[in-house]
Amino acid sequence: MTIEVERREFLKLIGVAGVVFVSSLTGNPGFSLSQSKGGQDFFFVQLSDTHWGFEGAQINPDAKGTLIKAVKEVNGLRQRPDLIVFTGDLTQTTDDTNVRKARMREFKQIVDELDTKLVYFMPGEHDASLDNGETYRDYFGETHYTFDHKGVHFIAIDNVSDPTGSIGEAQLAWLQSELAKRKPDDNIVVLTHRPLFDLYPQWDWATKDGQKALDLLMPYKNVTVFYGHIHQENHHMTGHIAHHSAKSLMVPLPAPGSMPKRQPIPWSSSEPYKGMGFRNVHSEFERNKFDMTEYPVNEEATI
Amino acid sequence: MTRRMAATVYLLASTFSASWTPGIAEATQAQQVVKISARRYEFQPTNITLRKGSTTVLRLTTEDRVHGFNIPAMNVRADIVPGKVTEVTLLPQKQGDFEFFCDIFCGSGHEDMRGKITVVE
Repeated sequence: MTIEVERREFLKLIGVAGVVFVSSLTGNPGFSLSQSKGGQDFFFVQLSDTHWGFEGAQINPDAKGTLIKAVKEVNGLRQRPDLIVFTGDLTQTTDDTNVRKARMREFKQIVDELDTKLVYFMPGEHDASLDNGETYRDYFGETHYTFDHKGVHFIAIDNVSDPTGSIGEAQLAWLQSELAKRKPDDNIVVLTHRPLFDLYPQWDWATKDGQKALDLLMPYKNVTVFYGHIHQENHHMTGHIAHHSAKSLMVPLPAPGSMPKRQPIPWSSSEPYKGMGFRNVHSEFERNKFDMTEYPVNEEATI
Repeated sequence: MTRRMAATVYLLASTFSASWTPGIAEATQAQQVVKISARRYEFQPTNITLRKGSTTVLRLTTEDRVHGFNIPAMNVRADIVPGKVTEVTLLPQKQGDFEFFCDIFCGSGHEDMRGKITVVE
């Protein structure tokens, strides 16, 4: 895959394995009519699957420290993000509503330390599936929404408040009406938790009606999806639509279908925080391009 | 049964029949019946062995809340609703192991709520 080659070549060139740079084109490279619409380049950070409240020393003995370290690292980025997105599973699920509220409160207190003003949240199934997003909305607001930033139109799609892992007809109708306001060459970024395509349904790594959303998005030339859920990087194309998943900040998971069971990858004392991290995305407006730099979590919480 | 919800799925390309099947409640020459009970966070039985080329009815119930039953490799899925029996009819034509799992998020052990159907000659 092109992305893998680029990553290896880049690592070879810079001689480090800490920071990984990935380049991805959305839609047609080169000139686009959208150049004339006055967008600007900017950076945004994607953090995902922080699972605040998780306990399991064999998987992550620093469960109470990993997110805090990530926040410090984001604040230390040289290339400052304009905005930050969290693509779901902010908290670990619980049957106890009071515990869920406490976890969401604690999570908010920690991420309040991010020194970026624009922070956008979305739920994962751990946050929202047991009460259809009710508690989540109390703390973080709506579960699906849109916003614009420097010429890029962001669409957050909720595929977890329905515990079946579906978007649902009402939200799909909303998506259709939102997209009807866009031009075919607009720069569109979709944020979601589960993959919209069938990445590996055997491990429930899919969205039941995700294809309906992709069908609605297909007429638009410049669409990129950033998602979470699978706790690892994965880069995939459905037609011209690029899909990029993010690492977790709590529990790494194995590659799709690489093991008989979807079990968390145990902590390695020789490689602490392996598989955990976040990404900084450079949105290059005129080229309809997103350059992604992956950052691992480290003990010193330094960049 | 008036409370039974029949979710019958006929598979053209895949099939089952029991050689040794834990949880078999009824069996006729024409078809086997396998009862599967769901509860957080397990299916009972977890492992089911069926024979290729024979019709099997999976009779699914839940002891607590709604769960899902999904066998992606066979394109089979159903909801398991409290107080109802969900029936899934299978006719496996292919040997192998086929994972099934709950696909309705049910809590902290949801990801481990899964089982395996083994189809033998």
